[in-house]
Amino acid sequence: MKAMPEISSGAVAAPDSDPILSVADLCVSVKTEAGLTPLISGLGFSLNRGETLAIAGESGSGKSITALAIMGLLPPPAVRVTGGTIRLGATDLLRLPETRMRSLRGDRIAMIFQEPMTSLNPVMTIGAQLTEAIRAHEPVSRRKARAAAVAALRSVRISQPEQRLDQYPHQLSGGMRQRVMIAMALVLRPEVLIADEPTTALDVTVQREVLDLLRDLQAELGTAIILITHDMGVVAEMADRVIVMRAGQMVEHGAATEIFSRPAHPYTRDLLAAVPRMGKGAGREEVPRTGTRPPVAVVEDLRVRFDIHGGLLGRLTHRVHAVEGVSFSIRAGETFSLVGESGCGKSTIARALVGLVPHQGRVEIGGQTLSGLDAAGMKALRRRVQIVFQDPMAALDPRMRIGDLVAEPLLIHGLGTADERRAAVGDLLERVGLSRDQMDRYPHEFSGGQRQRICIARALTLKPSLIIADESVSALDVSVQARVLDLLAALKTEFGIAYLFISHDMAVVENISDRIAVMYLGQIVELGTRAQVFGDPRHPYTRRLIDAVPVPDPAHQRAPAPRLAGDVPSPVHPVGQGPDPVSLTDIGDGHLVAETVG
Amino acid sequence: MADATAGDPRLRPGGALTRLMQRKLALFGIVLIVVVVAGAALAPWIVPYPPDVQHFDGLTIEGAPLPPGGAFLLGTDLLGRDLFSRILYGARTSLIIGVVANGMALFIGTLIGLTAGYFRGWIGAVLMRFTDLMMAFPALLLAICLAAIFQPSLWIVAMVIALVNWVQTARVIYTETTSLAERDFIAAERTLGAGSARILFRHVLPHLVPTIIVWGTLGISTTVLLEATLSYLGVGVQPPTPSWGNIIFENQTYFQTAPWLVFIPGAAILLLALAFNLVGDALRDVLDPTQRGRD
Repeated sequence: MKAMPEISSGAVAAPDSDPILSVADLCVSVKTEAGLTPLISGLGFSLNRGETLAIAGESGSGKSITALAIMGLLPPPAVRVTGGTIRLGATDLLRLPETRMRSLRGDRIAMIFQEPMTSLNPVMTIGAQLTEAIRAHEPVSRRKARAAAVAALRSVRISQPEQRLDQYPHQLSGGMRQRVMIAMALVLRPEVLIADEPTTALDVTVQREVLDLLRDLQAELGTAIILITHDMGVVAEMADRVIVMRAGQMVEHGAATEIFSRPAHPYTRDLLAAVPRMGKGAGREEVPRTGTRPPVAVVEDLRVRFDIHGGLLGRLTHRVHAVEGVSFSIRAGETFSLVGESGCGKSTIARALVGLVPHQGRVEIGGQTLSGLDAAGMKALRRRVQIVFQDPMAALDPRMRIGDLVAEPLLIHGLGTADERRAAVGDLLERVGLSRDQMDRYPHEFSGGQRQRICIARALTLKPSLIIADESVSALDVSVQARVLDLLAALKTEFGIAYLFISHDMAVVENISDRIAVMYLGQIVELGTRAQVFGDPRHPYTRRLIDAVPVPDPAHQRAPAPRLAGDVPSPVHPVGQGPDPVSLTDIGDGHLVAETVG
Repeated sequence: MADATAGDPRLRPGGALTRLMQRKLALFGIVLIVVVVAGAALAPWIVPYPPDVQHFDGLTIEGAPLPPGGAFLLGTDLLGRDLFSRILYGARTSLIIGVVANGMALFIGTLIGLTAGYFRGWIGAVLMRFTDLMMAFPALLLAICLAAIFQPSLWIVAMVIALVNWVQTARVIYTETTSLAERDFIAAERTLGAGSARILFRHVLPHLVPTIIVWGTLGISTTVLLEATLSYLGVGVQPPTPSWGNIIFENQTYFQTAPWLVFIPGAAILLLALAFNLVGDALRDVLDPTQRGRD
């Protein structure tokens, strides 16, 4: 890695020579009781030196299985390759014995996974893991390996690499961990790097840094990259060529510019049409000013802090300032969005609003203050505000039938007879696009999108005036996400519900919101209507967020930005101290912007 | 996904008992349990001799017990009593200990673990520190103390065993409840306005059933053996009332010359535990809707 520049010249320059990796007629099947079920059939492609090939598709399309098949890491004994060839140069990978394959992995083909926390061993230091990876393939001394590890960390722009070597994975941030993974994958200068959703678990600004890094390293080293992703924006930014997969088959294959400008297959067209794009919301007709309507929720100077106890006596030493002096109001029938990166406190606000975490400050829902309510008052208040969580599988009790799950709010509040409840549940299920006779099924028998519809039906049961959607569409495939967003919009006009929409996805937020608040480290830094925040972003953080969003258009030219590897400061402060409060100034027509220092 | 499985007949809802009966191993377990229960209940009508009668012809000339076969189906014990009769009568004791005492222990353990795990705070702290204290205190010593205070009888012994044996269950249930209580669907229930009782019994408890079943079946053999230990120390079921445990302990010193006296009651305990284990395993799968259609 230290000698990175010296090998770059030859490798990059020959894109039209023999492909470095070629896959022909690949078939992978899983053994079930009913026999062999194909997961991938007839997949074929080739990868040239120095090029990036994106495999795009929705969940279950077989893209990760393809990666595992190339690495020879398919989970035995159920899943195996049943046909075709995978060649790395002149070697047929499928015929290699496991011992040879092992020496090849990491050395000639490397892989990085989606979740860097689970891919790194939590009880080994970064340095131990890096040197182990080096020494497993090259007989070098411990000291030399350590020097190479330092160089590798430096090449992925990690600050203070010598000190980092002695740290454990949990001491690094998510973006840093992914950079360590990249360093580990590239330290032996593999010919092929497979990146399986490398930025999906990361925040947009961190994603930006990681993508830039991958591109820079590729230019330096000439590594061929297979990029597996569901995000068409990432595809457009990174890929030279694209394979679109669906249900284990390749539906389209071509140059990135071709696929995006002239998609040939209807599925590709649908997929691209479903991708939320920035700027799409601007064309939408401006909703009538809702300023005169009464607010359904008012939040004033909301503070949520979590205590950290430490020391021998378990005394209170630090506090996490998750939410710090946040104020906003949501008017009847509007969509108010909270946007920000992970750890900025947006979900904590949602949980405080429904009384799941204790808070300070004033939260008023439908004219009633949340704190100081007795149990009965709290129960009555819950009928006004409902929450839809991110992961519908986790939010539905897996041991209950969905009919019972949707009817449960009525049962808890003692509404209706058994027959009336059943009828109401049937109506609701039909309203969210499911059928009445699915009532007796269990949650695991539904797909992700259907499960989220069940959660929405459940939230609607009590006819609330406010629904909090906490990253409710983030875990869904784009096409499913688009349909769920349509459903939410339709329900809004039909029932006059207001939404508090919490998301990290700027494009989605831009498409559906009336008003938006941008959060950073527990405080709101900018608040205004969609036109104000997206049309005229004033706060530097808002601009950085908007700029970081990948654009699903390969022709899009990104303004050169400084390539930084900064970390978000910590919201943990010693007792008695806290973050500096930002003050919001109205720059006209309700557009509030935090004053920035310097 | 939903459509793909719609036509699968195994996914059709059906009675839990019907589905239980369809499993061969479970059926074997049920039959075994029924046989033991019937044998214990009908013992007075089945046994060839009363269990506490010492037969003259029950011992050899040298005074050694008779091996199985002949007039005594399973042989005789050291005092010339019919082993078969003693095993059948012993089944009564052991079933009461293994099912009732063990059931009581499970109930106490689950209740304490569930309450402590769900409410946490000072309630949880008090309950769990008490559990730790019980765990640190030697169970046998406690059982001896309790048994010495009360007049030993079968029911007192059952109660003593229950009071000693709930501790491990409480610990395990506590750990599982704390992680369950953090899950999203429990938070979702709270936002709907569900009360604690509803959440605990409708949403937390069903998820603990597999753990409770596993601990329950494991507990059968440990409680039966604990009773045997107590009998051995003279504070358990009082002789001449037989139990599987005290038959083993009475005869263990003659293991080399009369192995059947240890093997046969030992096998009985093993089979009973196995039977409950098989039924418990199957019950766990049958009651879990996400496992339906798998084996």
